Amino acid sequence: MAQVPDTKHMTATPATRVLGAVALVAVLLMVLLGLVVSPADVVQGQAVRMLYLHVPSIWIAYGAFVLTSFSSALFLMRSRRRHDGGRHYDRLAGSAAEVGVVFTGITLATGMLWGRVTWGTYWQWDARLTTTVLLFVTYLGYLALRRLPADPMTRGRRTAVMALISFVNVPIVHYSVDWWRTLHQKASLSVGRRPEITGEMYWTLLYSTLAVTIVASWLIVHRYRVIRLEELRDEEALEALIASRLKEDDVQA
Amino acid sequence: MLREALLIARKDLRVEWRSKVTLGHVAPLALLILVVFAFAFDANARLLELGAGGLYWVAVLFGGTLLIQRAFDVETEDGNFDAFRMSAIGTPSLFLGKSLGVFLQVVLLELVLVPGVVLLYNVRIENWVLLLAAAVGGTWAFSVCGVLWGAMAAGLRVRATLLPLLLVPVLAPVLLAGSRAFETALGVRADAGWTWTSLMFVIAAVHTAIGLGTFGFLLEEG
Repeated sequence: MAQVPDTKHMTATPATRVLGAVALVAVLLMVLLGLVVSPADVVQGQAVRMLYLHVPSIWIAYGAFVLTSFSSALFLMRSRRRHDGGRHYDRLAGSAAEVGVVFTGITLATGMLWGRVTWGTYWQWDARLTTTVLLFVTYLGYLALRRLPADPMTRGRRTAVMALISFVNVPIVHYSVDWWRTLHQKASLSVGRRPEITGEMYWTLLYSTLAVTIVASWLIVHRYRVIRLEELRDEEALEALIASRLKEDDVQA
Repeated sequence: MLREALLIARKDLRVEWRSKVTLGHVAPLALLILVVFAFAFDANARLLELGAGGLYWVAVLFGGTLLIQRAFDVETEDGNFDAFRMSAIGTPSLFLGKSLGVFLQVVLLELVLVPGVVLLYNVRIENWVLLLAAAVGGTWAFSVCGVLWGAMAAGLRVRATLLPLLLVPVLAPVLLAGSRAFETALGVRADAGWTWTSLMFVIAAVHTAIGLGTFGFLLEEG
């Protein structure tokens, strides 16, 4: 007789396996376009290739933090109503924040390498660099708060409020640092404005953004499932512990 | 709501008056920080004069963080938040009251720090009105942010290390704006001191609104 798969403990489904395969192919193609097909820049030289990872990474990080904030708001709205307190929103917020932090880290690392080649230094007290590092540390704090042992609902509410405040704070930090000083070049791609780059570079950058989005989605889905499994593990461990204590009491009686 | 907030603030100030922690421990530590900065700058009078505004706000940040930590320790050690939840006091009042209590304690700290900066760093106050407005706006922004994050870290075993990690990135614009406004007030730089002061009031207003709306969630258990 065929065994029924234990779907509760699975971290992958056919759909996410396909998504993973698509992500892998997308990244390989991105490497090919970025390193081989796309030409070197007249001014920046080979360093321009760093931007094919740098620019999509910060877009994904911003998107992930927006997702964290919306999920947190939904969690707060549902936490007093539903029987499970809308914990899936909390899981989604946590997984998106983790992916956001990873991509903010990639943005900082590639930006510093690019700065070394272009500006001659790894770090400048430029507005966008300073804002990004503050964003990075803010969400590292968010993840630190998530990792602390506490009742899941209490912790969920605290981290949800933190996510909302952090989100509101992002433009304040951005503009305050922007007034302070700015050196960073204008955004290469932005909505409603003619792009700063054209031709193969433009299409490579657009394609890289798509490829990195697929990778980030795959990571968020898997991270969500791992968080759910961690919760199941904790709940089952607690139930087993209670059962063993009850058994001890029965033996003593 | 205001009456309840004043009750909470008065309670916190009474605890402080009896323990004398702000004046006895935190203010001397903050003054010591001003002295240590002189070591870092090799007692270069010109550098200290230029950086006086920023160094003042860093000392406020260090001292203020300790005060916020303490404002929540006195509540969590005896389970006071459970008592607040069972009382008729609303969470917005509690938030305002705690913020007011922290604000007045940080003002006390600043009353020691301002003369400290003037004497140790040899600066002159050129614009008293700007200095006062910046101090009030910055301190209220610091207090409401501090109370929000303090509630988040309250009761956790690692709160002493977690609170500064959570608080400093959020307070970065306040530190920046406070430093620039103070530098203008001290005549060190001819900058838009009032613009920076306005920014601090905006930050204070935004975080007060968030705190009034969300403080209840931070106190809920289970």
